[in-house]
Amino acid sequence: MSDLETFRSETRSWLEANCPAEMRQPVRDEDDVYWGGRRAKFKNDAQKAWFEACLAKGYTVPAWPQAYGGAGLNAAEAKVLREEMARIGARPPLSSFGIWMLGPALLHFGTEGQKQRFLNEIARGEIRWCQGYSEPGSGSDLVSLQTFGEDHGDHWVVNGQKIWTSYADHCDWIFCLVRTDKADKYQGITFMLYDMASEGVTTKPILLISGNSPFCETFFDNVSVPKSYGEDCPAYVGQINRGWDVAKYLLGHEREMISGAGGGDRTAAIGSAMTRAAAKTGDEVDPVLRAELAMFDVDALAYSAMGEKFLDEIKVGKSHPAQPNMMKYVGTELNKRRHELMMAVGGSRGLEWDSEETEGGKAPRGWLRTKANSIEGGTSEVMLNVIAKRILDLPGA
Amino acid sequence: MPLYHNEDQAMLADTARGFIAEEGNIAKQLRHWRDRDCKDGFGHGLWKQMAEMGFTGMLVGEDDGGLGMGHVEAGIVLEEIGRNLTPSPFLTSSVLAATALQHGSADVKGRYLPGLIAGESVFAVAIDETAKHRPSRIATRAEESGNGFKLSGSKSFVVYGGSADMIVVAARTSGADDDAGGITLFAVPKDAAGMSHKGVRLVDSSMATHTKFDNVELDGDAVIGEIDGGRAVLDAMLMAGRVGAAAEGVGVARGAMDMTIDYLKQRKQFGKLIGEFQALQHRASHLYSEVEIARAVTIKAQQLLDAGSEQADLMTSVAKAKVAKTARLAVQEGVQMHGGIGMTDEYDIGLYMKRDRALAEFLGDAFFHANRVAELSGY
Ligand SMILES: Cc1cc2nc3c(=O)[nH]c(=O)nc-3n(C[C@H](O)[C@H](O)[C@H](O)COP(=O)(O)OP(=O)(O)OC[C@H]3O[C@@H](n4cnc5c(N)ncnc54)[C@H](O)[C@@H]3O)c2cc1C
Ligand SMILES: Cc1cc2nc3c(=O)[nH]c(=O)nc-3n(C[C@H](O)[C@H](O)[C@H](O)COP(=O)(O)OP(=O)(O)OC[C@H]3O[C@@H](n4cnc5c(N)ncnc54)[C@H](O)[C@@H]3O)c2cc1C
Repeated sequence: MSDLETFRSETRSWLEANCPAEMRQPVRDEDDVYWGGRRAKFKNDAQKAWFEACLAKGYTVPAWPQAYGGAGLNAAEAKVLREEMARIGARPPLSSFGIWMLGPALLHFGTEGQKQRFLNEIARGEIRWCQGYSEPGSGSDLVSLQTFGEDHGDHWVVNGQKIWTSYADHCDWIFCLVRTDKADKYQGITFMLYDMASEGVTTKPILLISGNSPFCETFFDNVSVPKSYGEDCPAYVGQINRGWDVAKYLLGHEREMISGAGGGDRTAAIGSAMTRAAAKTGDEVDPVLRAELAMFDVDALAYSAMGEKFLDEIKVGKSHPAQPNMMKYVGTELNKRRHELMMAVGGSRGLEWDSEETEGGKAPRGWLRTKANSIEGGTSEVMLNVIAKRILDLPGA
Repeated sequence: MPLYHNEDQAMLADTARGFIAEEGNIAKQLRHWRDRDCKDGFGHGLWKQMAEMGFTGMLVGEDDGGLGMGHVEAGIVLEEIGRNLTPSPFLTSSVLAATALQHGSADVKGRYLPGLIAGESVFAVAIDETAKHRPSRIATRAEESGNGFKLSGSKSFVVYGGSADMIVVAARTSGADDDAGGITLFAVPKDAAGMSHKGVRLVDSSMATHTKFDNVELDGDAVIGEIDGGRAVLDAMLMAGRVGAAAEGVGVARGAMDMTIDYLKQRKQFGKLIGEFQALQHRASHLYSEVEIARAVTIKAQQLLDAGSEQADLMTSVAKAKVAKTARLAVQEGVQMHGGIGMTDEYDIGLYMKRDRALAEFLGDAFFHANRVAELSGY
């Protein structure tokens, strides 16, 4: 057996022994996702057991180095683990913006001290991070952001407002884009890290059309941010005034994550499941709808191959650096289409907003939530602009 | 296996790209033969060169004198053929017929493969009998007669049927027209008595025939594989042909797209390069995305087929459907974004549109394969 085959069979038995049956069910609601953090609570014993088993093995962040809480898996091993987890439908043991966004940025730009501290905290699920990018006047045109950090020698005093800050009211720390030089648009932003419990930070939840409230307006009123958290551990990533480089790098990972390229249910064929679901309620799928489901499945299955190719190429540096924008564009548009079709198949049952039978309106709320996919992390239009400019090299893009 | 070309495959791609761009380009082949109203529809000189390069026998096992390569490799050549709109019997002879013949007895292989590999005999395939691809229905019949068979019926859309030396024919030896079983494949010389070919030029300038069989007498050794057991051979042949057609379609899409993106960087209107208009940029970016995806799923299907995976059939239909949709988008956007010049015969973009039309129809269009994806997925 090759090393990789050995690894696969070991992984398979380890998952068999350690992933509880409940953790192999699809995620049904927000509580099914374990986000970690100071205030985190496990929903049930299975969630806790699964998290702890993964933690011990470094599998909350399998591809990170062991020194920072990971398992140090190489690309091929990480792919095997992903495939084996997908095979049994295992949920991620820990979800967080720390894993998807800040972590990769720190691995790339962080000092050793920052990595030791922050990456380990993320891997252990101790600190839950939120993302302070967007502002009321700066959405797609993010670089125009105004939140300002005034230099006070050993610390900054930050004033301003962020918006759409996902889970800000549940998070412990924020990675935040703060203007530190008003004269230079691109080279006047610092990528700061600070505690949401700091004096002067307030959050105000925003209710979404889905009826949920996962994000907030976030206000900074004379928040004092120290420049350093100890030796080799500055409060900013990269250099002062060069936070835009970090911000862009991180957006690449964010887009990759939102694209769903890692597989999972977003890329699977839906026609058969939808047809079975309809049959359960005595309904039939109209032939024209069936045709749309089939066309969707063609696109979704093709996209899953693209996801695999994309990840394979990233690992060996073959992928175009702007490719995550393409993945994000296609993945989110597909996900919206998928939920439109699910609503179409669901009929009037899919309209029920809070009945018990519909798990509290899971379908319509989920459908509405997907509308944000092509907005959050950069809109579809912005993705198309980036492809035109960076990949197709079109003039004036 | 990672979903990109390994080193050997990348080298093959370089070679194929250079060679086909040089020898198989639109001016040298497609336009050249079209403008001379060539009855064969392709150039024998180029075919000979492709044989010398080893392309013709790529999919034939080494024991049988071929290169023993897989569908990933054949796809590499086909993508370049697609990009250059190169007329050649590669898909019918070296992919479809080569796949079928390898299911034959040692005798069949020995008789036909050397000529196929050497490029000396060209093979066509006769499967469809109506205007739409429908391999589930085979009405052409071969009745046992003496030591052999008598073949009667008709086939349509036999690409290069008029210029091929041999035709692989799917016929019914038992059962009703729509039965899965009862199929037998035959290797039939094009000039066998009782056969008639009505040559037709298709929209893309390729040549095809409506072929009629009127009690065509065949020896028993014309049979490829098992009598009545031909469905498995036909399925294998179709899968190889579809994944090959998908690869060629990716080439058509990429060729049309590249040409169009170049044009956006040259043409000025309103004092600007038209590529500066966001209305066109977004459509170009969308097209790029679709083409990348179509290519990825095609390579996935090739790999699955080479690995003998159970998933290969499903992913082949996904690839064929996805590529058909994507190449269609590429040529439509291509002509539109060229403006008036895109409508002219002199300009190549319209040739891509025509080729896509014929290629997408071959072995099942996007609708056929999307329906198949649904059926294979159980709905
Ligand atoms: C569910 C959700 C969660 C989010 N979470 C976070 C978070 O945690 N942290 C954070 O900082 N932000 C977050 N965001 C904010 C998100 O990043 C912004 O909403 C996004 O960048 C778009 O900005 P905007 O809302 O201001 O829209 P605008 O930029 O005002 O865009 C409005 C419309 O104009 C279009 N448009 C804008 N510019 C162009 C252009 N140049 N060409 C063509 N069209 C253009 C857009 O595509 C869009 O359709 C979240 C958003 C959502 C919906
Ligand atoms: C069959 C045929 C018959 C014709 N007959 C006549 C005739 O009898 N008399 C006559 O005078 N003309 C005739 N025309 C010409 C026709 O009017 C032009 O082809 C048409 O106006 C487009 O101009 P163009 O071909 O230069 O394309 P271009 O203007 O170069 O356009 C190329 C592409 O760029 C796009 N584009 C251009 N500007 C913008 C913009 N600002 N924003 C977004 N996209 C843009 C276009 O939509 C197109 O997709 C004919 C054309 C055809 C095809």
